Amino acid sequence: MTRHLVQATLLALAAATPAFSDTAPKDVVFEEGAVAQSLTGKPGNPEEGVKVMTTNALGNCVACHVVGALPDVQFPGNIAPPLDGVADRYSEAQLRGIVANAKMTFDGSFMPAFYKTDGFIRPGDGYTGKAAGGELPPILNATQIEDVVAYLVTLKE
Amino acid sequence: MQQRKVTWLAATALGLALTGMAMADPAEDTLSVETDDGTIDFVTQTAAPEFLKGHLDTIYSGWLFREDETRALQKDDFDNPAMVFYDRGVDRWNATIGKNGESCAGCHQGPESMAGLRAVMPRVDEKSGKLMIMEDYINNCVTERMGLEKWGTTSNEMKDMLSVISMQSRGEIVNVKIDGAAAPFWEKGKEIYYTRYGQLEMSCANCHEDHYGQMIRADHLSQGQINGFPTYRLKDAGMVSAQQRFVGCVRDTRAETFKAGSDEFKALELYVASRGNGLSVEGVSVRH
Repeated sequence: MTRHLVQATLLALAAATPAFSDTAPKDVVFEEGAVAQSLTGKPGNPEEGVKVMTTNALGNCVACHVVGALPDVQFPGNIAPPLDGVADRYSEAQLRGIVANAKMTFDGSFMPAFYKTDGFIRPGDGYTGKAAGGELPPILNATQIEDVVAYLVTLKE
Repeated sequence: MQQRKVTWLAATALGLALTGMAMADPAEDTLSVETDDGTIDFVTQTAAPEFLKGHLDTIYSGWLFREDETRALQKDDFDNPAMVFYDRGVDRWNATIGKNGESCAGCHQGPESMAGLRAVMPRVDEKSGKLMIMEDYINNCVTERMGLEKWGTTSNEMKDMLSVISMQSRGEIVNVKIDGAAAPFWEKGKEIYYTRYGQLEMSCANCHEDHYGQMIRADHLSQGQINGFPTYRLKDAGMVSAQQRFVGCVRDTRAETFKAGSDEFKALELYVASRGNGLSVEGVSVRH
């Protein structure tokens, strides 16, 4: 009986929280902005990465970046560099670091940190305008970060 | 040969960059509106105020960053959807809405008695030493002279009245005072302008100073000037005040916003208004 309860609790936890093997945002090790280790310990899925990058409620990378390889995206923004050939310019570790927290690579970058949970000024509860209830979840979880990285490394020219 | 190729590549890159700039530029257009009292020619771009040296050379009305159709709506008062709200405001100005039958007109005569006020707001009230936005002056009258409950900062009656008062300075040059008693409020507003709020860690300056003219998805970033406010915002199908827009912008950084009419946003309105010193008050404008 007790064992069943424990198992049920563990299952519920597994569904609601990131996998135990994920590196938590606070534990990510940046070396000159780069993050060598996969945050999930596994390779990401590039197709899922495209979804994250082009979905408003997720990464919405295309709000600022053009990706020539994704011509179906309507109205991509142009305030940030195009991502074509980005894998020629940066290593996988550098790309992971930039997606997780670009400010560790580019001081003062406009780009939001997608895998960071603290250090914000007046953090809000999503787009409600109200105060955050507690520590914020990162904008993207570890799996989503790895999926984006898996797609970015394919962008060679 | 190698050298030449590099130079050519650099030139191409520069050319691309310049093309990008051209696409990003504010529209080449001028704003004039025919009225019963003659034509009003608006200043929609001019040299930036001295304190913006090193930040901006030229200041542009947000009107220049909107599409052709949107700009056209503001060129003709019959097409301008904000005029409905101005008219409604004039009716309220004349109505005996006070507890003892007071009206705005009873004390102030016609709304033209407000000429020039919009161009110098926000300002510090000489008697109280408080920073006043137009909403504060209106609510002083509403509560103290008319004996009514104060109007909500972003309520419809408030925005109608902002429209009436703003229209009396249409075409006048924004000239907000930033020194003397205004200085500490202005400094506070400036600090807010450059603070990166929320989970997205964005300041006003990130978009409206560093990247105006460029696109965030389908949004053409303006300089965030407020000389056109209150504005009819097509996206909201209604009037929007500067205070209301500040709430929207800060909310969009995934931040806990300040409240409309708060000390913080009043200071910000003073600072942002001053960045438009030299542009025309547009009365009631149209944006999207």
